Amino acid sequence: MRMFRSVTIGQHIPGDSIIHRLDPRTKILSAIFLIVLLFLVNGFVGYGLVALGIALVIRASRIPWKFVIRGVRPLLVILVLTLTLHLFMTEGRVIFQIWFLKVTWEGLFRGLMMGTRLILLIIGTSMLTLTTSPMQLTDGIETLLRPGKKIGIPAHELAMMMTIALRFIPTLLEETEKIMKAQMARGADFQTGGIMQRAKSLIPLLVPLFVNAFRRADDLAIAMEARGYRGGEGRTKLRELKFQRVDVVALGLVVTFAVLVGVFF
Amino acid sequence: MKEPLIRFTDVNFIYAKTHGREGLAALQDVNLEIFEGEFAAVLGHNGSGKSTLAKHVNALLSPTSGQVVVAGLDTSDQEKVWEIRQKVGMVFQNPDNQLVATTVEEDVAFGPENLGIPSAEIQRRVTESLKTVDMLSYRLHSPHQLSGGQKQRVAIAGVISMLPKCIVLDEPTAMLDPEGRNEVMSTIHRLNREEGITVLHITHHMDEVIGADRVIVMDEGRIVLQGTPREVFSQVDLMRSLHLDVPQVTDLAERLRNRGYSIPQGTLTVNEMVMLLCPSD
Amino acid sequence: MSIRLENVSFSYLEDTPMSQAALRNVSLEIEEGEFVGLIGPTGSGKSTLIQHFNGLLKPNSGKVYVDGVDLTLKDTQLRLIRQKVGMVFQYPEHQLFGETVLEDVGFGPRNGGLSEEAVVQRVREALAYVGLEYETIRDQSPFELSGGQKRRVAIAGVLAMQPSVLILDEPTAGLDPEGREEILGEIRQLHEERGITVVLVTHSMEDVARLVDRLIVMERGSIALDGTPVEVFGQVARLKKMGLGVPEITELMHELKARGLDVNTDILTVAKAEEEIIRLIESRKVMGWQK
Repeated sequence: MRMFRSVTIGQHIPGDSIIHRLDPRTKILSAIFLIVLLFLVNGFVGYGLVALGIALVIRASRIPWKFVIRGVRPLLVILVLTLTLHLFMTEGRVIFQIWFLKVTWEGLFRGLMMGTRLILLIIGTSMLTLTTSPMQLTDGIETLLRPGKKIGIPAHELAMMMTIALRFIPTLLEETEKIMKAQMARGADFQTGGIMQRAKSLIPLLVPLFVNAFRRADDLAIAMEARGYRGGEGRTKLRELKFQRVDVVALGLVVTFAVLVGVFF
Repeated sequence: MKEPLIRFTDVNFIYAKTHGREGLAALQDVNLEIFEGEFAAVLGHNGSGKSTLAKHVNALLSPTSGQVVVAGLDTSDQEKVWEIRQKVGMVFQNPDNQLVATTVEEDVAFGPENLGIPSAEIQRRVTESLKTVDMLSYRLHSPHQLSGGQKQRVAIAGVISMLPKCIVLDEPTAMLDPEGRNEVMSTIHRLNREEGITVLHITHHMDEVIGADRVIVMDEGRIVLQGTPREVFSQVDLMRSLHLDVPQVTDLAERLRNRGYSIPQGTLTVNEMVMLLCPSD
Repeated sequence: MSIRLENVSFSYLEDTPMSQAALRNVSLEIEEGEFVGLIGPTGSGKSTLIQHFNGLLKPNSGKVYVDGVDLTLKDTQLRLIRQKVGMVFQYPEHQLFGETVLEDVGFGPRNGGLSEEAVVQRVREALAYVGLEYETIRDQSPFELSGGQKRRVAIAGVLAMQPSVLILDEPTAGLDPEGREEILGEIRQLHEERGITVVLVTHSMEDVARLVDRLIVMERGSIALDGTPVEVFGQVARLKKMGLGVPEITELMHELKARGLDVNTDILTVAKAEEEIIRLIESRKVMGWQK
């Protein structure tokens, strides 16, 4: 466990800001609007407005800026790659040329555009996970998907699976570390050798990990049954999701903003 | 005579082949009555049938022959299963493998949610249950931030939030350190004493059964001995032959008796022994 | 084979805000052939300490020597050290992976580069030590064995490396009294017959009282007590303050002493206590129970 604790992607920062208190459905829908909007907008003025909008949300959430920025860091490689590809691969007016690599105005423009789009996408959606607990997120997704039940979308089951996955990720990470250490104590080597050899060296790690996961799943199924679980039918919730006035206002604002920016820029 | 809360009548249980213990009779001619408000402990070594017994009480298993009746409901009656599971809560051995949700309060709410109880009432029960097991300040923690003993207390809260009459604990302390064991034991004793919940505690730690009203000793699927802890532990030789421990003090008292000294039978605790040897206080 | 720690300090997640000191300036020497018990409340640093003995963890500061070899140096061959210092983790059966018992138990020696013939010989001996018969069990899947057998196979997997030092982290956790007795008996036998150095981490005061020559008590990352079981269990008040107990029988003797009886408190077993109490009764220091 300990070696995985520094990972911050998808982390939730509890708080009591207006953004935290919004209904998760409001936030999920807003995130979807944001994604659509980012693909509609094609110009720096539009991006500037979106950035401004996101900045206002971050401000209102009272989450430290450095935390938001940190979320971008793991994706830096992808960002640089996107920029470089566009920079060199786009035909157009040449700024300068090194050997066969041409840097064009169009490339620079598109590279920066895509980069900006990606950054806004990451920051915007990370605001969803930063201000919403995994449990709320699951609840929100379940409620949003509920109408889809008629066409065969298993909303409750999906939500239950997400919950259990979230619950057991830390447990499994801890277990992975423990098994690795135990096998290393018996002379296992996970670090050296070619690809085949390394893949083979993972067997003593993966087999127990899977066996234990199945054992846990068995235990958990029995425990859930013992606590009266029999699917989503007739279940109630500790906290029913309720759209407040503030949700209506927030969603209204987001939609208006998205339509205006989407249409004009 | 009061009707018992749990009654086993001539219960036999044979595991199906799929369990890898093919054809093994896990319970043989078990007759047992547990009364409301009792703290009963089942003691036995691994494979003695004690866990199989536990799973019969809330209809996770039903007898191959014989009958198990819980609060007037026959556990073999498929229609009564969910009612029985509300009346009999179960806590299992591995603290990691029975918590479902990502926060403590959501987990405690899981049972009542399954019962279809209204939100406001669930919230009240969650608060009450967490208070009872002394975990209220951890309500927003995630399970993996808790110690083993704390996880088991959350599991207990998750069961009492369903307002059961009885809790069956299937070796809840086997994977805990001494501190965690103490936390869990004092919690279930308090539940029994203050909330009047009937407790069936399954264990192989002999020191955990000393505070019970009744000890049921199992071996090879049968009940071989039943009585108060004092009665049971005074049978030092029988317990040994069943590969069970007796408290060191009881062992000492029995040795002294065998050497011809008239120390009373079934001395259980250090304090009792001190009182016997230094009666002045 | 000796293990020596000099001023070892260790923190998880060093250099982060979440850093927590797990070992504070620990110095310790374990001599060849010792049988050492390691006790302490949860979180006191026992598991962190033992993982320094075979280089699974490296100290932030300080030195660790195994047989004079400095484990903190970059070019130390830790794989060789780990063949010599065997470690059985908690619930070792959760790390079984082989299709057959032979494959699983032979994993360590195979990693050590032994010939298949030698591996088989090692596996045979290791299984014998934990009371399992090679011929009957070699081709079975470890996952189909009973709980107690799985535990034994997993321990055999470490013994098959023929380590000179054996470290066990709560090898009897979750076992019933019978299983516990058997495994502890086998460990003791190994120690006596092979002269193997053993470090046993446990929560059971009764077990260490019977088994070990030397008892180390950890508290908040430091060594709080280090001595013979009699010496350590003499500190009843201190141990209780740490949340640790003493064997019930030792506690009884200390209670009697506190009540003014002239009783020997250096007692760790029921048999010894029996003799002592008979002595008290016969010398009429305790009245009323004469034959």
